[in-house]
Amino acid sequence: MNAWYSVFAALFIVLFLTLVSLIGVGPVGAKGIFGIYIPYLAAVVFFVGIVVRIIQWAKVPVPFNICTTGGQGKSLPWIKNDNLDCPHNTWGVIGRMFLEVFLFRSLFRNTKAQLGQGAKLTFASAKWLWLFGILFHYSFLTIVLRHLRFFTEPMPSFVQWISYFDGFFELLLPTVFLTDIVFLLAAGYLFLRRVVIPQIRYLSLPSDYFALFLILAIGISGVLMRQVWKVDLLQVKELALGLASFRPAIPQGIGDIFYIHLFLVCCLAVYFPFSKLMHAPGVFFSPTRNLANNNRMVRHINPWNYPVKVHTYEEYEDEYREKMKAVGLPVDKE
Amino acid sequence: MELHELPKPEDLVKDVKYRKLPEKPWMQEPVDFKPGTYNYPALAKNLKKVHMPNPREWHVDQQDWHLPDDWQEIILKGFKDRLEKYRSFRLFMDICVRCGACADKCHFFLGGGDPKNMPVLRAELIRSVYRNDFTTVGRLLGNLAGGRKLTLPVLKEWFYYFFQCSECRRCSVFCPYGIDTAEVTMIGRELLNLVGLNINWVMEPVANCFMTGNHLGIPPHGLVENWEFMQDDIEEITGIKVNLPINKKGAEILFVVPSGDYFADPGSYTFMGYLAVLHEIGLDYTWSTYASEGGNFGLFTSHEMIKRLNAKIYAEAKRLKVKWILGGECGHMWRVIHQYMDTMNGPADFLEEPVSPITGTKFENAKGTKMVHIAEFTSDLIRHGKLNLDPSRNDHIRVTYHDSCNPARAVGLFEEPRDIIRTVCKNFYEMPEDSIREKTYCCAGGAGLGNDENMEMRMRGGLPRANAVRYVRDQRGVNRLLCMCAIDRATLSTMMEYWAPDVSVGGIHELVANALIMKGEKKRTVDFRGEPIPGVEPDEEEE
Ligand code: HEM
Ligand code: SF4
Ligand code: SF4
Repeated sequence: MNAWYSVFAALFIVLFLTLVSLIGVGPVGAKGIFGIYIPYLAAVVFFVGIVVRIIQWAKVPVPFNICTTGGQGKSLPWIKNDNLDCPHNTWGVIGRMFLEVFLFRSLFRNTKAQLGQGAKLTFASAKWLWLFGILFHYSFLTIVLRHLRFFTEPMPSFVQWISYFDGFFELLLPTVFLTDIVFLLAAGYLFLRRVVIPQIRYLSLPSDYFALFLILAIGISGVLMRQVWKVDLLQVKELALGLASFRPAIPQGIGDIFYIHLFLVCCLAVYFPFSKLMHAPGVFFSPTRNLANNNRMVRHINPWNYPVKVHTYEEYEDEYREKMKAVGLPVDKE
Repeated sequence: MELHELPKPEDLVKDVKYRKLPEKPWMQEPVDFKPGTYNYPALAKNLKKVHMPNPREWHVDQQDWHLPDDWQEIILKGFKDRLEKYRSFRLFMDICVRCGACADKCHFFLGGGDPKNMPVLRAELIRSVYRNDFTTVGRLLGNLAGGRKLTLPVLKEWFYYFFQCSECRRCSVFCPYGIDTAEVTMIGRELLNLVGLNINWVMEPVANCFMTGNHLGIPPHGLVENWEFMQDDIEEITGIKVNLPINKKGAEILFVVPSGDYFADPGSYTFMGYLAVLHEIGLDYTWSTYASEGGNFGLFTSHEMIKRLNAKIYAEAKRLKVKWILGGECGHMWRVIHQYMDTMNGPADFLEEPVSPITGTKFENAKGTKMVHIAEFTSDLIRHGKLNLDPSRNDHIRVTYHDSCNPARAVGLFEEPRDIIRTVCKNFYEMPEDSIREKTYCCAGGAGLGNDENMEMRMRGGLPRANAVRYVRDQRGVNRLLCMCAIDRATLSTMMEYWAPDVSVGGIHELVANALIMKGEKKRTVDFRGEPIPGVEPDEEEE
């Protein structure tokens, strides 16, 4: 697939989805479908999909402990074990997973190779992906948590705190959340590096662009809703609380832009369990990371271990007995 | 292909531009079998010896690979089986985000520039089929979802690129989810094996190892001769006839090493090193002709074959009634011993938890498998002052240390070898940070790729390692590349000949033996290579 084909196919699908919701709530006026049925459906697909996928993974056995060791293993008492990069016990594994999940430890190792004159290879630090990855994920998380304010009454205090700190840097009026900007910038970076870096462009699939465009579209529609075509947040909250309490009703007068935003979120939710976005729960299952390097201490059990055909010593000795005796090797059978 | 047929080192990678990629999308680019970059097929006789499917004569560069008619079905069924048996495989198919962090971490990409040697694309070769045949979105959207059908060109591509991965796991260190492309390669090779696509450099050692216990197919009487030969060499160098216990029942310890150590130089110097050290400390141990190979090319074939070839080690330990097992300097052997042996062929409840009879140290880290690495064993001896050493005998050697992939990224064995090296040699210089320890670069000849027909790819893949060696050679005058792996000792030697001709390759126990002052030894005038030690004059009466 041509790179530009991939980009445009993905862009086209996202625009198409936007258009569907625009027409759906505008001319067609199916606000009930877009405000109630689709969100419920999406929520079900999202949660059931994730759970099913996780169960699928969990049901597949882990036949071998293939921990990737990134530091000194536990061995002799005077040799210092690197329990975070090469854990030998559960605490080490927890620490390692913590670093992976919250700080993207492995991505932080990233370097960039350059080949110069005379076949000289040099390595430069390359932490941009790590940096923007971190920014992207944390702003994403913040935004998701902030949305809880629509679904809860009274708001939990941590949600208030997040909004408070976020709005602290009031850049424009009305409050532009700092995270919104970071989020769009970071997602924009992730997109740009995909098209600008030739290797990444070469290996990207339409689905890689699709996820990014969808997320960007959600972010942009969200910002537009706050800044340009403002919607009545109280009514949004009414809708959200109605959905959350299973007494859904469509309040009058929420702008169409809101339904577009909501529909795109629903699309992301439906897409999530079937896509690479499952890396989020997936990383917890990764056997190179979530197992301790204690292979020689504790026997790892393979549930489907089966007997295999081997060449036994008896067969071996039968083949070579005379020769073995001739060179003075002891034999079991004379 | 011979080394001299390759372009000069400076020119070999002139064409490599990481940022210049083919115009055509990768799914449409058919594989080009360029001589020097692929491996020859397995001979039918070798497949027959180990009862593997579809033994026949075939050639990579011919159109018809003589596959079974239902090859697609066989592979897709094998694919499904493995998705249900290996969480690693299933997960690695599902969660890659194609961030490209692994892209320039593979030595074959760095030295060859072929984008399909970026670990992520290597895995995508198989993942694209996974999406097409095993995922909902893929079944619905096919190509748009990044899926593609398993066609003959795709299969050929698998063959080319899964035998262009040395299963070194460097990529898995950098992947944010720990996706291990070596694991994908291993499963990919298993699938290829189902229809009889394998390479001779893997299958011949496998067949030999199955029948005779070692890769080279040396029968027991041949081993005795070979080993006695080295015993004589040691006597010539040190004046001491060392013990050579073979197949000795009731010995305390069984010692298993890779056959590369007794097959050719410079491995043999390491072998002599073991003999000297174990003799000097008076260890009650034995060699085995049946378990005469620690290496296991099953690792490059299939999980089943790993188990079949590995079984002999515990079986022999049981037969000889030893207490525990010691293992030599080898790379992939230690991946198998550390990560597979106990699970596959254990539990080793007939053995005892290993304790060094010399120092009393308990090897807690090996209390399950009951197998200790010789670097652990020797560094413990040194720590307790049990070896009488004169490092000045190694003064003519300026060393650097290559972490072999498997001890590094599958065992986490970094400090023991360094402790030993620092004690036996005063001139030890590390290569740059990005190329050692868990980030170490492969010798590019592992996983069965260290053959002559694949020479161009090996030398290309060797660039990152050689580049770092050349750096310490130029900055620090290094003239010896140490490693703890039999495949390395063979492949790095060729690599150095090409990329850094004045650097020799050797194992650690060779240097230990050089420095080891043995009780009753004669004046040492030559090292374990038989080369004169500078500054030491032979005594006249010895002439
Ligand atoms: C261990 C934790 C995680 C790591 C290391 C990680 C890393 C990454 C990386 C490297 C990307 C690729 C960016 C690109 O090149 O396109 C990405 C994308 C993304 N991740 Fe995560 N992630 C983690 C957890 C999560 C979690 C918990 C979520 C929650 C929903 C999540 C949601 C996303 C989304 C929505 C994208 C953007 C879509 C895309 O770029 O394809 N991630 N992540
Ligand atoms: S680093 Fe991991 S997630 Fe990123 S492209 Fe490579 S295999 Fe995929
Ligand atoms: S395992 Fe090694 S050879 Fe294979 S893709 Fe990864 S880095 Fe390359």
